[in-house]
Amino acid sequence: MSLHAQDDPELRRAQEERLRTVWAPPKGWLRRWSDTNNNAVGPWYTSTAFVFMLFAGVLALIIRAQLAVPENDLVSANTFNQLFTLHGSAMMFLFAVPMFEAVSIILLPQLLGARDLPFPRLSAFGYWSFLIGGVFVLGSIFFNAAPDGGWFMYPPLTTRTDLSGLGADIWMLGLSFIEVSSVAAAVELIVGVLKCRPPGMRLNLMPLYAWYILVVAVMILFAFPPLIAGDLLFEMERLLGWPFFDAARGGDPLLWQHLFWIFGHPEVYVIFLPSIALFAMLIPTFAQRHLLGYPYIVLAAVGTAFLSFGLWVHHMFATGLPKISLAFFSAASQAVVIPTGIQIFAFIATLAAGRVIFSTPLLYATGSLAIFVIGGLTGVMVAIVPFDWQAHDTYFVVAHLHYVLIGGTLMPLFAGLYYYWPLVTGKQLSDRIGRTAFWILFVGANLAFFPMHLSGLMGMPRRVFTYPAELGLQGLNMASTIGAFLFAFGVLLIVIDLLRSPWRPLGPRNPWNAGTLEWLATPSGEQWGVRSIPLIETRYPIWDQPDFVRKVDEGRFFLPDAEEGRRESLITSVLDAKPVAVLRLPTPSFVPMATAAALGGVFILTTYHLYWLALAAAVLTLALVLAWLWQTAEIPEKPCKPIGHGIDLPLYVAGPLAPGWWAMFITMMADATAFSGLVFGYYFFWTVHPSFPPPGMTGPGVFWPMIALALMVLGWAATLAARETNRRGAVTAARLLLAAGALAGLAAIPAGLAGPWLSHLDPTLHSYPAIVWTLTGWTVAHAGVGVVGQLYALARSLAGLATPTHDADIRNVTLYQHFLLFTALVTWATLGLFPEVA
Amino acid sequence: MIGRLHQRFRALRVTLWTLIVPPTGWAAHFLFSYLWAAVRCAKTGRYVDAPAIFWGGTAAALLVILASGWIAWVQARTPGDHPPHEAGTDSDRLRFLAYATLLLAGLSVIGVVFTALPVLFLRDCR
Repeated sequence: MSLHAQDDPELRRAQEERLRTVWAPPKGWLRRWSDTNNNAVGPWYTSTAFVFMLFAGVLALIIRAQLAVPENDLVSANTFNQLFTLHGSAMMFLFAVPMFEAVSIILLPQLLGARDLPFPRLSAFGYWSFLIGGVFVLGSIFFNAAPDGGWFMYPPLTTRTDLSGLGADIWMLGLSFIEVSSVAAAVELIVGVLKCRPPGMRLNLMPLYAWYILVVAVMILFAFPPLIAGDLLFEMERLLGWPFFDAARGGDPLLWQHLFWIFGHPEVYVIFLPSIALFAMLIPTFAQRHLLGYPYIVLAAVGTAFLSFGLWVHHMFATGLPKISLAFFSAASQAVVIPTGIQIFAFIATLAAGRVIFSTPLLYATGSLAIFVIGGLTGVMVAIVPFDWQAHDTYFVVAHLHYVLIGGTLMPLFAGLYYYWPLVTGKQLSDRIGRTAFWILFVGANLAFFPMHLSGLMGMPRRVFTYPAELGLQGLNMASTIGAFLFAFGVLLIVIDLLRSPWRPLGPRNPWNAGTLEWLATPSGEQWGVRSIPLIETRYPIWDQPDFVRKVDEGRFFLPDAEEGRRESLITSVLDAKPVAVLRLPTPSFVPMATAAALGGVFILTTYHLYWLALAAAVLTLALVLAWLWQTAEIPEKPCKPIGHGIDLPLYVAGPLAPGWWAMFITMMADATAFSGLVFGYYFFWTVHPSFPPPGMTGPGVFWPMIALALMVLGWAATLAARETNRRGAVTAARLLLAAGALAGLAAIPAGLAGPWLSHLDPTLHSYPAIVWTLTGWTVAHAGVGVVGQLYALARSLAGLATPTHDADIRNVTLYQHFLLFTALVTWATLGLFPEVA
Repeated sequence: MIGRLHQRFRALRVTLWTLIVPPTGWAAHFLFSYLWAAVRCAKTGRYVDAPAIFWGGTAAALLVILASGWIAWVQARTPGDHPPHEAGTDSDRLRFLAYATLLLAGLSVIGVVFTALPVLFLRDCR
C-alpha cells in the first residue's frame, strides 16, 4: 500500500472498522472477564493492587491506634503480630511490586507504539494468579490465621509448627504463588521492551520509562527466584521436617536470612526504580524540554540494579558475621548512593533548565523527592555498621524504611496517578482535591514517621504491641498516630477524587502537552492501541516529528489495517528496532484464568496438607498449560504480509528472532537463579560445618549421579540432533531422536533418585541428606519437564503443526535442554564428585 | 600504535551485553570478595597478612573494567552526526551505548575500590 492510498477517507474508515472489530472486547457479564487486552487487564491489575494497598493501610491504622497510648489493650499481642506482618507483607508483595507490573502493563504498549504486549494471555494469567493469591493471603486475617512472624519470617520462630500456625504456610505458599506471577510479568515486560518497539526506536531513543522497566524486570529474574528457593526449603522443613534451618540437626537459620535478603534488598529497588521512572516521564513534560543527561539516567538505572545485589547483608549486620564480610556490604551500600544521587540531580537539572509548569503531578513528584532524600540519608546512616548496631530493630529503622517507601514508591505513584489518569480514563482529576490531599499527605507522612527516628533512638523496639509509660515515649507515639490518621485522610481524599471521575466530562487529548508516544491515546479510548505503528526518529516524537499525530491517526505509518481479521503488532530488532516480523496476538480466552485457578489450587491445597488434591490440581495445571501452548506458534496461511511503505514481513519466526524463544530464555534464567539459590544452600552448609557430609554419613556415591548425568547429557544431545536433522528436512529421524531423548530423560529420573535412595539418606536427620534430596528432586523434576517438552515437540511434529521451516517448538525445547544440561552438570557434580575432593 | 588500537576499538560491536561488562566485573569481584572472606574465615578461622589472592582478583577486576571503559571512551568519540547526539542514527546509537558503558565503568571502578578498602584496614576474622 502506498502513502497515497491513505489519502482516501473511505479506505481509512474501512480500516478503522476492521481494526475495531478485531480488537473489540468480549461482551457479556461473564465473558468480559476473559479479556486479555492490556487496556483491560492493566486497569484490573492496578485497581486490585490499589484496593490491597487500602486494606494494608487500614491494618496500619489499627497498629497506630494500638500504639497511641502506653499499655493499650485495643488488640491482643497475637492480633498485633498478625497486623504488622500482614501490613508489611501486603504492602510489599500485594501492592508495591504488582502495582509496578500493573502500571507497566497499561503504559508500556502505549509508550512503545505497540498494539499490546507480546503475551497478552500471560498478563491475564499473572493478574488472576495475583488476585487469587492476594485474596487468600489477606483473607487469612479474618480467620485469625494470618502470618505473624514479621514480613521476613525469620526461622526458627516461623519454622517451628508449635510456635507458628497455619499463617506461616499461608505466607510461604500464598506469596510464592504471587512470585510466580511476578516472574511472568518480568518475562512479558523484558520481551516487550526488547522486541516490540516501533520501527526506528533505537536503544538511544527509547523512553526512559522503558529503560527502567527493562532493568527492573531483569532484576526480578535474579531477585525473586532465591526467595522461591528459600520458600521451597522453608516448606520442606515445615511440612516434612527437613531441617534446613534447624541448628540442632545441622541446619542454620542464617541461610534463610541470606536467601530472603538476596531477594529483599534488590526488591526495594524493584519497587523504587519504576516509581522514579514515572518522574522521568512527567518531569520533561512539565519542564517542557528534553530530559537532561539521558545516558546518566541509564547509568543510574543499570548501576543501581547491579549494586543493589551487593547490599543484602546490611540487613544482617547484627548476626555476628565476620566484620570483613560486613564491611564489603557496608561499602556497597555506600556506593549505591552514587547512581541514586545522579538520577535525582538529572531531574533537578532538567527542572532548572526548563520552563516549569507547577502542576499537581509535579507537586507530588517534588514532594516525594524531598521525603525520599530524608529516607536516603538515614539509609546512609544505617549502612554504617556501628550505627546500625545501635539502631537495628528499633523504630529508627521503621522510620527509615517508611520514608524511603513513601517518598520512593507511594507518593511517586500518586504523581503518576494524577499524571496518567487522563490517559487511562480520558478524564482529568481535580487539581483542588489533588493539591489539598498532597499537603495533607506530606504533613501526615512527616508527622507520622519523623518522631519514629527519635522513639527508635530512645530505645523503642519495632514490633512491640505496647510499651510502658515510664519510657517517656507516649508523646512521640501519639504524634505518629495522629500523623498516620492524617495521612490516611489524604489517601481518602484521593479515593473520593477517583470515585467522582465517572461523572466528569471527557478531557482533551494529550492534556499536559507531553512529547512521548503514550499520549497518542484518545480520550474516547480505542481498543487497538495505536491507529498505525509509527516510525520513530526522536526521543519526543509528538514534539519533534512534524505532523506526527496526524500521520499516526491517518494510518500513514505501519500496519494500518487488519485485513485478515487478526490482532497484530510488530516485532523489531533489539538494538536498532528494525522491523523483523508481524506478531499475531492471541484473542480473549478463559484459559489463563483457569490455569491460574488450577495453579492456585496447588499452592492453597498444599497449605492445608491436602496433598492428593494438590497433586490433582498440578496435573490439571499441566494439562491446561499444554492446551494453552498448543494454540501458539501457529503456521500462518501465507508466509509474508505487507505492513505498508513497500515492506513485506514474515508472519512466522523461530529461534532468537521470536518472542517465544526469548520468553523461554528469560524464564529459564529465573529458573537457573532459583537453582543457584539451592546450590548456594549446599555450599553454605559446607562452609559452616567442619566436615560436610558430616562424619558418619555417606553421600549418594559417585556411580548413580554419574549415570544420571550421562543419561541427561544423552537426552540433551538427542534433542540438539533432532533440531538439526529437522532443520535439514529429515523429519522422521528428528522424531526418532526426540523419542530417544525423552526415553533418556525418563531413565535419568530413577537413576538420579537411586543415589540417595540406595545409600539410605534420611532427609529428616540432618541438613546434609535434606539438601542432597532437595537438589536431586529439583533436577529430576526438571528432567521430567524436559521429557514433557520433548514429547510435546514430537506431538507437534506428528500433528503437522511443526515442520522443518516452522520449527519454533523444537528450538524452544532445545533451549530448555541447554539449561537442563547446566542444572544436571552442577547437581550431579556437586552431589557425586564434590564430597570426593572436598 | 595507539591510533591503530583505537581504530580496532571502534570496529568492535557494541550491544546491551557489552554495556553490562563493567558492572558485571564489579559483581564478579564482589562475589569473589564475599566468598573469599566467608570461606577463609569459616574454614581456616584466621586471616592472612598479605592476601595475595584477594589483591590479584581485585587487579583482574579493575583491569577488565578499565579496559572496557577505555574501549567505550574511544567508541563514544566516534565521529559522525552533530551534537547533541540524540538522533536515530547508527553513530548516535553507538555513541550513546558507548558513553553509558563508560559511565558504568566509572561507577564500577569506584565500587571495586570501595569493596577492596576494608581488606586494607581489617586484619582479622572477628
